[in-house]
Amino acid sequence: MASRPVFAARHFHLFSFFFMTVLGIVLVVVLLLVVFALLLRLQLLTSIFSGNSTRDIGWGNRVNAALMLVFLIGGGAWLAWSAVSSYSRLDIPIASVHGADVDRLFWTTMIILGVAFVLVQVFLFVYAYKYQHKEGKRAFFYSHNNRLEVIWTLIPAIVFAGLVFAGWKQWSRITGPAPKDAVVLEVMGKQFNWLVRYPGRDQKLGVVNYRLIDAVNEFGFDLSDKRGLDDFTAGEIHIPKGHPIMLKIRSRDVLHSVYMPQFRLQMYAVPGMPTNFWFIPTKTTDEMRAQTGNPNFNYELACNQVCGRGHFAMKMIVVVDEPDDYVAWFGQQKSFSSQNPEVLAALRAQPTLLPAQTAAVSSATVRASGSLAARAAH
Amino acid sequence: MENTPNLSPELPSNSGAALPAAPATSPATLPHEQADTHEHHEHHEQHWLFKYVFSTDHKMIGKQFLITGILWAVVGGALSTLFRLQLGWPEGTMEWLKPLLGKWIEAGKLNPEFYLALVTMHGTIMVFFVLTAGLSGTFSNFLIPLQIGARDMASGFMNMLSYWFFFVSSAVMFSSIFIETGPAASGWTIYPPLSALPQSISGSGMGMTMWLVSMALFIVSQLLGGVNYITTIINLRTQGMSMSKMPLTIWAFMLTAVLGLLSFPVLLAAVLLLFFDRSLGTSFFLSDIYIAGQALPNTGGSPVLFQHLFWFLGHPEVYIIIMPAMGMVSEIMATHSRKPIFGYRAMIGSLMGISLLSFVVWGHHMFVTGMNPFLGSVFVFLTLMIAVPSAVKSFNWLATLWRGNIRFTSAMLFSVGFVSLFVAGGLTGIVLGNAALDIQLHNTYFLVAHFHLVMGSSAMFGMFAGIYHWYPKMFGRMMDERLGYLHFWLTFAGAYLTFIPMHYIGIAGFPRRYYAWTGFDMFSQFADVNKFISVAAIAVFFAQFIFLFNFFYSMWRGRRATENPWNSNTLEWTTPVEVGHGNWPGAIPAVHRWPYDYSKPGAEEDFIPQHVPFSQTSSSNLPYEKKAVE
Repeated sequence: MASRPVFAARHFHLFSFFFMTVLGIVLVVVLLLVVFALLLRLQLLTSIFSGNSTRDIGWGNRVNAALMLVFLIGGGAWLAWSAVSSYSRLDIPIASVHGADVDRLFWTTMIILGVAFVLVQVFLFVYAYKYQHKEGKRAFFYSHNNRLEVIWTLIPAIVFAGLVFAGWKQWSRITGPAPKDAVVLEVMGKQFNWLVRYPGRDQKLGVVNYRLIDAVNEFGFDLSDKRGLDDFTAGEIHIPKGHPIMLKIRSRDVLHSVYMPQFRLQMYAVPGMPTNFWFIPTKTTDEMRAQTGNPNFNYELACNQVCGRGHFAMKMIVVVDEPDDYVAWFGQQKSFSSQNPEVLAALRAQPTLLPAQTAAVSSATVRASGSLAARAAH
Repeated sequence: MENTPNLSPELPSNSGAALPAAPATSPATLPHEQADTHEHHEHHEQHWLFKYVFSTDHKMIGKQFLITGILWAVVGGALSTLFRLQLGWPEGTMEWLKPLLGKWIEAGKLNPEFYLALVTMHGTIMVFFVLTAGLSGTFSNFLIPLQIGARDMASGFMNMLSYWFFFVSSAVMFSSIFIETGPAASGWTIYPPLSALPQSISGSGMGMTMWLVSMALFIVSQLLGGVNYITTIINLRTQGMSMSKMPLTIWAFMLTAVLGLLSFPVLLAAVLLLFFDRSLGTSFFLSDIYIAGQALPNTGGSPVLFQHLFWFLGHPEVYIIIMPAMGMVSEIMATHSRKPIFGYRAMIGSLMGISLLSFVVWGHHMFVTGMNPFLGSVFVFLTLMIAVPSAVKSFNWLATLWRGNIRFTSAMLFSVGFVSLFVAGGLTGIVLGNAALDIQLHNTYFLVAHFHLVMGSSAMFGMFAGIYHWYPKMFGRMMDERLGYLHFWLTFAGAYLTFIPMHYIGIAGFPRRYYAWTGFDMFSQFADVNKFISVAAIAVFFAQFIFLFNFFYSMWRGRRATENPWNSNTLEWTTPVEVGHGNWPGAIPAVHRWPYDYSKPGAEEDFIPQHVPFSQTSSSNLPYEKKAVE
């Protein structure tokens, strides 16, 4: 009983404080506006009485024309300074084979566009300044020039064609088929973290089914599929340096996006439609720590498609190991089925739980027979 | 077709319901008869309800769109200051906002779902309500009949409906901000399943339903408007106003309306299907989902399908936003440079090229969604193709300035700013449109910077340019030029200061729609840049109050306008200062020449309005024009 009025009073106090503050601010703003309006009015009236028409093109035009130049020079200087001074931070280190190529294309494109940007802006502001109104001058009546139109249609077209071609080559390579010996793992997005599983010794991912998901079986392992018996899950992603990695991607609820900036890697996780992305990591976590001078450096996997309340916190650490370390780590992992025998038991008790069709749709198996995969398997 | 007389009688004040404004008129009606009919209605004083609220006058409807758009812009801008506070000072307290935001402030922190609601609403409001309805709705309505020489739109009643559908849509969207579970929060692109499942985010409950209802109403408004614009332009041009004599504004409005008419229905389809998925248990966009401890029965749907449908509108939509601005800037630049627009036909051709190509580039929003990579390559090619007409337009604007005699009115300043920002933002589209590069930049601040410059800021600048330029025709008074200068320079510098640094953090992979970036080492290094952006963005927001003051102050206290304050050539400036319903008190002027005879050699003045016949300008006629006179 006693706490109620206290709460109400505090609430009222808070409200009234806010109310008074807002009222005060509004009053001050209104007063300023009124003063301003009066000044403006006064100025306008005196200008009318002194015979200055508002049509008169005078100092305002000159000031604005001059400001065009000031903006070009000042803005250009700021742009150059800010770009140069943040370059070291914005050009984040590259840790994949295709990343190096993509980066080269990116900076080449940026330089070409930078030249176009500077040219257009210089012409724009210089023309604006140079051709400002002058009393007694008349503009040049010049309505068109077809040759010019052709030139400035063709030049961008040719440049863009080059960029399309270069981009298409990269894109085809990146999205082309993964090497047969790629190390396979699967990332699954959920609200709000990532799950990861590896195919185990048989190098084949077992079938998963979203209807089997529960608090224990987060992936929805269907252990009636023998290939899944040796699959294991992990708390962070381990991948070997220098080997093709086939990242299988799926989501179990809403859209997510697997985003690993240092690897120049991104692909959506789509419920009902497994996607993938393959790449070759080039630097181990330790090498990157040495390169960046940051002993705490870690590769991070971020979600880059809005997925709800915890979207901003969907992080998973990615560790790039030397191949030997990777093999050792792989060997230590225990399969999901061995760690959760009750899932296996439950399934055996009720083997018809799984509709056959869904199993076929959800099946995701990749054959891997490379040397590394073989080594990891033994 | 071209000399169809057009007659929109005043509504009888006691008629109650509004009537369709364009009765079938006989082609034989003579101009003076129109004038008589018109004057006959003149002394019926309209009830204020039909003059200011349920008006069928295109000018009043244009102003209604404008004022609603301005109100929306204030709301949309205010929302952005809230999330910029969060991004700039992620550790700071927001307790002081509790009286305003209530339960969305939890222990001094912004609720993460409300943060997402803020960005969603900001996007929705700015894209649809401000830059589609507020920009295209205002100026298409206001300028089309005035510039082609028509008494009103083909159907004034439909035009009124278009505004009121927009109004109801606005009301629904605005109310959704205040409901218990919050407004839609899955991004303005409302990708399912997040937008389809209330259990995935609270904004996908009632808030999303209201979003969908509002958007359906909005689309109806757009379609009613679009049909009207196209019909009016094709059928109601005054005598002599052939397609090749139309101002570029009209070309832009017409092509914009065509884009809207062809693409908005697809969004309506997407909205309906999403509604079915949400309410009727269908599975268009849902499949294999386990959420909130439950496996959903939906299978076989595809979230990517929704993205195809959404972007089939979504991409033309950005051109729906930018093309009216392009048209107006072309017009304003020519007028204030006192020069013909350079390459009139090339400008029309590039508008057509953009319109056509805008339908086949939507896939560039979806390179990394798991879409077939071959399809991705095709979209790269088409996307970079659409950059060509955009480049052509920019070069033509530069050539228009060349050897001009430029008057820096506020409208002209904003037009120069438009070109600058359009180029700055457009160029980075070449990067993002290249699939291989988009892998890294997709959904980062590089993208945010790109579209805020190219279709956010520049379209906004086009809108400001239009308002400053046509204000005298709208309200019979002039806006204050010095306040306009101040407004321009603050906004122009502020736009660059806000969006240029976004490129930097975007290149480093900083993702959009992150409530807090402090959890990631790779994003935490940009605290200073984020603070800088926030300060600039909030300053730009407050600079807009200079404009607001100028806009409303000038309405009553601005200097009285003259009939043609800018010495412009187009037809709207031949109407009286206080334009009545029907636009011209007498006969509609006939048109004899294109609208860009500025600084023609031999002419007395540096402009020759469109309605002046060649026979009166023998000293300035070009050889082929002389022939035509003879």
